[in-house]
Amino acid sequence: MSALKKGKRFYGTTLPGCDPTQLRGKLIVLEGADGSGRSTQVEQLNAWLENLGYGTVNVGLKRSMLVSEELDRAQEGNILSRTTLSLFYATDFADQLENTILPALRAGFIVLADRYIYTLMARDIVRGADPEWVKSLYSIALVPDAVFYLRVSPQQLVERNFKKNTTLDYWESGMDIGLSRDMFTSFIRYQQLMQAQFRRMQEAYGFEVINGNRTPRTIANELRARVQTVLAIPTP
Amino acid sequence: MNNGHSFPGRLIAVEGLDGSGKSTQIYLLKRWMEMHNLKVFFTEWNSSLLVKEATRKGKKRQLLTPTTFCLVHATDFADRYERQVLPLLRAGYIVLADRYIYTAFARDIVRGCDPRWVRRLYSFAVVPDITFFFDTPLDVALDRILGGRPKLKYFEAGMDLSLASDPYDSFRLFQGRIYAEYKKMVATEHFMVMDGMLPVEQQQAMVRKFVEPKIDLPSFRWRVRR
Repeated sequence: MSALKKGKRFYGTTLPGCDPTQLRGKLIVLEGADGSGRSTQVEQLNAWLENLGYGTVNVGLKRSMLVSEELDRAQEGNILSRTTLSLFYATDFADQLENTILPALRAGFIVLADRYIYTLMARDIVRGADPEWVKSLYSIALVPDAVFYLRVSPQQLVERNFKKNTTLDYWESGMDIGLSRDMFTSFIRYQQLMQAQFRRMQEAYGFEVINGNRTPRTIANELRARVQTVLAIPTP
Repeated sequence: MNNGHSFPGRLIAVEGLDGSGKSTQIYLLKRWMEMHNLKVFFTEWNSSLLVKEATRKGKKRQLLTPTTFCLVHATDFADRYERQVLPLLRAGYIVLADRYIYTAFARDIVRGCDPRWVRRLYSFAVVPDITFFFDTPLDVALDRILGGRPKLKYFEAGMDLSLASDPYDSFRLFQGRIYAEYKKMVATEHFMVMDGMLPVEQQQAMVRKFVEPKIDLPSFRWRVRR
């Protein structure tokens, strides 16, 4: 990717106190809905990279030291209004960015992100937030070296979610938006709305789309090949 | 920015340094409106427990960077705004706010956040119909606050900016920078500047005189006897 040659940069202004030229590591992002196989792929990629001798650090949503517990409780109670919840998630992201991602990149690690700002942005926009506001909010983010988006059809997602949890998740079904009182209908419509947002972001943010309807092994092989290019690992 | 809202209510904000006398003035404005039987609400800025906990944790453990400090406070503001200010404005109240978005602008910009980013972050909030800025010379405000030798908290004193190793020195420098940011906003944000050195009652008379022609007060009278 061209971002590699140009070095690290932020979508907006560089964060206070950060020197992008010192970020020696690589930031690789996997995006995709729950049930897209995303977390499995992150795990496998992680193992593969460690096997090659790379130091890795994993980040994801709701894992910050600062607000992750509070975010969990906010979701359980569904008590926060839209803008408040958006900003709460942004706080969680910023905390991980500054306290985990940037230090790891400075130390030359490969940071594997199990979702990044794109899911957060799509969720906010689907819930009616002003796209320009959301874009500006997350302009504090570092531009990743690669973003892979695992696209799985909503029908497939339903099946995989049932397999994993036996029920559909309230938030992943977008039940808070009131698309339908029927959870199945709501799930399908919500996932379609999310995919439409991802399609819109694809060009602007340069995602590489991976067909996630295939077997985990096929997907893993494709991901490895693509990451190999990003990291400029010579083929054995 | 969300210029000129179309809600039936009206928003009046007061801004200024700690020790500028702004809280006294907005309290007296509230009393005046109450005695005239107006639908007035003073926002106490009680955060929801959840957001408050996160803020407190971050501050206590000194976990916050300029960016997360800004975002945690923006979350807190949004919570209060969406739960209180906005519903009140829609319900046709005169809402009085002791500090508003400009407090955040000044503080976050001094901490090094990108001014344009901070302003856009808060663009969901309506611009007040009137913003009073209580301008007190820096030394006077500092003497009022520091006179009692209060225990200054880490972020309150701006210790995260490494301006000075002594909290009181740090506080002075920090407040000085915030004051400078406020002064910059006077013209751009259309602040009504009040001389914070005048006697309390004289300032209040001026405040009331300024509000009267700007807001159709009789239309905010309670229609039904409570």
